[in-house]
Amino acid sequence: MAKLDLNRISMPRQDGKERRNNFNEVALGYSDEQAISEAQRCIQCPKQPCIAGCPVGIDIPGFIKAVIEKDMPEAARILKNKNSLPAICGRVCPQESQCEVVCTLSKKGAPIAIGRLERYVADWERRNKPNIPDADPPEPDGKRVAVVGSGPAGLTAAAELAKLGYRVTIFEGLHMPGGVLMYGIPEFRLPKEIVRAEVDYVISLGVELQLDSLVGKLFTIDELLAVGYDAVFLGTGAGLPMFLNIPGENLNGIYSANEFLTRINLMKAYLFPEYDTPVKIGKKVAVIGGGNVAMDSARCAIRLGADQVYIVYRRSEQEMPARREEVENAREEGIQFKFLTNPKRLIGNEKNWVTGMECLEMELGEPDASGRRRPIAKPGTEFIIELDEAIIALGTTPNPLIASTTSDLETTKYGTVVADKITGKTVKDKVWAGGDVMTGSDTVISAMGAAKRAAADIDDYLKHH
Amino acid sequence: MGDDISPIRHEQKLADGGHTCKQAPEMLDKGSNLILLKEDLAPNIHLFKLNAPIISNKVRAGQFAIIRIGEKGERIPLTFADWDKEEGSITIIFMKIGTSTHKLALMQPGDSITNVVGPLGIPTNIEKYGTVLCVGGGIGIAPITPIARALKAAGNKVISIIGARGKELLFWEDRLRNISDELIVCTDDGSCGRGVLVTEVLRELCESEQRIDRVFAIGPAIMMKYCAETTRPFGIKTIASLNSIMVDGTGMCGCCRVSVGGQTRFACVDGPEFDAHQVDWDELLSRQCTYIDEESYSLREWRRKQSNTV
Repeated sequence: MAKLDLNRISMPRQDGKERRNNFNEVALGYSDEQAISEAQRCIQCPKQPCIAGCPVGIDIPGFIKAVIEKDMPEAARILKNKNSLPAICGRVCPQESQCEVVCTLSKKGAPIAIGRLERYVADWERRNKPNIPDADPPEPDGKRVAVVGSGPAGLTAAAELAKLGYRVTIFEGLHMPGGVLMYGIPEFRLPKEIVRAEVDYVISLGVELQLDSLVGKLFTIDELLAVGYDAVFLGTGAGLPMFLNIPGENLNGIYSANEFLTRINLMKAYLFPEYDTPVKIGKKVAVIGGGNVAMDSARCAIRLGADQVYIVYRRSEQEMPARREEVENAREEGIQFKFLTNPKRLIGNEKNWVTGMECLEMELGEPDASGRRRPIAKPGTEFIIELDEAIIALGTTPNPLIASTTSDLETTKYGTVVADKITGKTVKDKVWAGGDVMTGSDTVISAMGAAKRAAADIDDYLKHH
Repeated sequence: MGDDISPIRHEQKLADGGHTCKQAPEMLDKGSNLILLKEDLAPNIHLFKLNAPIISNKVRAGQFAIIRIGEKGERIPLTFADWDKEEGSITIIFMKIGTSTHKLALMQPGDSITNVVGPLGIPTNIEKYGTVLCVGGGIGIAPITPIARALKAAGNKVISIIGARGKELLFWEDRLRNISDELIVCTDDGSCGRGVLVTEVLRELCESEQRIDRVFAIGPAIMMKYCAETTRPFGIKTIASLNSIMVDGTGMCGCCRVSVGGQTRFACVDGPEFDAHQVDWDELLSRQCTYIDEESYSLREWRRKQSNTV
């Protein structure tokens, strides 16, 4: 066996100072040579732990082998066999806690950069458009499936079901398909051209896309079933933003991360006034929260021209749910972190614009239900952070719109739809769910995994009914 | 035209690529958003009737749509002024104020509005209350009309009060007169009807012998605030339809949040109608001004581009 190569090839990136001034993609992608060198590090171990680490079970050693052999159409075919959206997953999947963490070379501290290779192959495919002999779609058997939402879960379910020969319609409430991939994740992390290409792929499978169609308002799930859909998949995500519920939260200059990011990503407010939607550009901006959405918001704020951007998080760096890579990117771009800090109230001027945030210092106590150490306020430690814009990135819960307009659908106290953990089958006849609407805020790939399993169960059901 | 006012919808673009095949049952076809009719109601107030069959079948009084004009357009909320299930049409009325409404005003029958989504928000709670007052100020005359009509159909005695700055800005007077048991018209300058504010008429009616069971007010936030202040001492329940700034209109962003009875509510999904006595009007008024600088900058830029292309 060849000597182990532990030199993981790093990803070329835009320089931190330069990228502060643009919305172009930060990670630039591997060159052909870099990709092949990285792929050659894979020892093709017989255990293949990476496949089990992938929520959609991609044949990772298989596609890496094809990269080594420079058979790119084959590499792309293997990827797409299990993953309809590889260019997206290669960019936003937390590989470090999925396929890469279980990589045999991980024990030596240098797992194969599976995500970067996935991205490389997907980008190659998009640029070269090889004629991959897609398994011929079976003849539509006449059965119809309605997919509600066109985010990662909806797109995946639609693609899987179309490949199985069903007639699929996606209903999307917004004017553009993609869900959180479009409104949530910024251009510099996931270029929208890539989302569009992946959506076009799903449509090329014969899926019909109906935009501006808010299910729960324009028609209900019961109506979809009544007009002839044989099954419904709910991939409506978790779109309802949480707020702090502290005084001053409705002052001007305070955004939910959802609003801030939607203005910038979906509505392209960073190109205002060429685009009509404006966004406020603060000089001193505080982002409250420690997840990927908080990092995205902070990094958007700095790109829009803020002088100082703080991430305010009530626990310490260790407990932050954001990906390490994104925290590092944020730090390089000049984002400042205020850990163990919890907002108490927001302060405004006579014109109702936010001018400051009173915070308390925190310390960490015993682990709580999430397994993370619980933050406890230190009395008497109040201090004020001066700011002129605050962005609240505490997480989201499912929009109650569908649950409240559908008969017999059960939800938890967190607003998530009750469904079988494996199959996504809800308690309502003919209705499945998958992704954030079932789990609350989670990753793109988990939503895709859930959608795949639900699609398989829908297929099984429709074959027998 | 300076900006792309593209009448092509995304779906159609995709269809041009040969991708789509029609799978949704016909009855779910959203229609074309084609402008069937344009009427100029006042110098800056326009009416559009649009082809939108499913929406027309679903909409109820008090609900709104979000529209977007062109691929670079913003999403703006507009309350439905009317709809016709038979014809499959919806009617919107708007005043030319910002960039989007200026763009909209340039559109003509035969053009399609890029995106129309709706019906959004919770419909007006229509019941037989007894005697109800429907107050419409300025552009608010449009959305109060279907509410007055539904209240009348539910068996209420409907007294409508409409107001505008001057005669030239009044519209749908005849419609409201037909729907209402009584119509009182006021103008700030006295050019038509009584020369007082709508709140003055409202106060007189509250003070009169007549029992008033409920008030519905739609108009500029400042008018609705003073309607609430007028009825508060009389303890008459007053419902206002809030015109907060919105982005998605589906409960996703919280831009339209407003304090009602000390609690944060979203006008788009919890409203747009709320108990006017519970609304924090000053907060709403200040939040409405969030983008005042950007709005005028945007309009200046748009006008500059327009004049360059002419």
